[in-house]
Amino acid sequence: MLIGKQTWEFENTPTIISTGIVGGPFEGNGKLSNTFDQIYADLWLEQNSFEQAHQLLLESACNHAFKKINRTPANVQFLIAGDLINQITPTNFTAKKLQIPYIGTFSACATSMESLALAANLINSKNANLILTGASSHNAAVEKQFRYPTEYGGQKPPTAQWTVTGAGVGLLSDKGKGPKVTSATIGKVIDMGMTDPFNMGEAMAPAAVDTIATHLNDRGIEASYYDCIITGDLAKIGRLIAIDLAKEKNLFLNEDSFLDCGLMIYNNDQEVFAGASGAGCSAVVTYGHLINQLNEKKLNKILIVATGALLSPLTVQQKQSIPCIAHAVSIENGGV
Amino acid sequence: MDKSPSTTKTQYKKLAQKKELKRPILKNCINAFFFGGLICTIGQGIATFYMYFFDFTEQTVGNPTTATLIFITMLLTGFGVYDHIAQFAGAGTAVPVTGFGNAVISAAIEHRSEGFVQGVGGNMFKLAGSVILFGVFSAFIVALIKTLLLEWGVI
Repeated sequence: MLIGKQTWEFENTPTIISTGIVGGPFEGNGKLSNTFDQIYADLWLEQNSFEQAHQLLLESACNHAFKKINRTPANVQFLIAGDLINQITPTNFTAKKLQIPYIGTFSACATSMESLALAANLINSKNANLILTGASSHNAAVEKQFRYPTEYGGQKPPTAQWTVTGAGVGLLSDKGKGPKVTSATIGKVIDMGMTDPFNMGEAMAPAAVDTIATHLNDRGIEASYYDCIITGDLAKIGRLIAIDLAKEKNLFLNEDSFLDCGLMIYNNDQEVFAGASGAGCSAVVTYGHLINQLNEKKLNKILIVATGALLSPLTVQQKQSIPCIAHAVSIENGGV
Repeated sequence: MDKSPSTTKTQYKKLAQKKELKRPILKNCINAFFFGGLICTIGQGIATFYMYFFDFTEQTVGNPTTATLIFITMLLTGFGVYDHIAQFAGAGTAVPVTGFGNAVISAAIEHRSEGFVQGVGGNMFKLAGSVILFGVFSAFIVALIKTLLLEWGVI
């Protein structure tokens, strides 16, 4: 049901009944390594190209999600997923393999929550009773497309971010045990004229703040309603900017409960500059660590705000500024 | 925030700049100075080696020395070490011939998955191509100026 300007509230309790999370070698050394179902020791995943490795990540995550609850792709009505590669081919090829009716999505690194919001809406409106949704990214495949060759020796500034190699998916059902998706806010594209592709946090922060403010306003709640508000990949700089920017809007985000997936996934001694990023970043943290915390009742009400920079290498070279988007989804123990 | 978009953009820029982590320029310069110097010293060592043990003179030793440095770069790039050194050394590894070698080699490795012709061949000079183009072009301009000055008897 639409409430306020751009928020859906889900009264029919779409439930995350299973998840699948896989990661690469770098993630295996990170803080959340024990939340992954599978860690691949090699970036190539024994494939012939990084793009094929990327596809296998998503496929493998989907298979883990099925295995946990003894379901097969035949039980699922829709696959809603996306990634960062041109024409979202890794997801397309996975959809070919799984043979599930497929809705491909793209919101850069906000793809995970765009997909979850759409999935929850379809379940809520009884247009489906089991949907597979998620997002993935592969460090080397993304670097190849957006930046330089993997082995190129360019010096990165401290504002740069590290793309996550990983895939996170969830199975969303109209009934069953698990945390409920209670509402979702679809964000607007916000562009504050930032142009530095090595400082995405700075570009995305205004979109995150706008979506959070609208979400709270639409639902008529305070930020303290949630145990945690977790952004996708603002990283160190973007997170601090977002806190300041929110303050200007009279929205006070508590430092301790305003977290960022990009700062949760790696250890402090891993060289990731400002933090993690990528479509897989918010997906693996949400479907792994955060859903675990909800299931263990350590957290009960969370808002995940995935942030995406909607640029391409072409727009950067043509000196366009970076348009950004943020989609928010609230997941709670117990329904609306 | 919803008033005049142009002022908000400037305001936001100010706000964002306060939080931005600056590149550690002094540290980068010092690292680059010493690392670049080290590479040149190694190059000099290789050159001296060739002149001492083989039939090279100071005029002809440049080519084999460059080739050797590029070969070492190739190994370091292929084994995935070079980019880590470069993150530390910055311009120190980018400016010597090793930087050029790495730009060519890394692109060649990266696009191996698209085949030899369209992949390696088509992308090998993706990064280094403009170095070659503008290198040759500026050499042409400088040579032209010198030729004209000689013709006119200025020098």
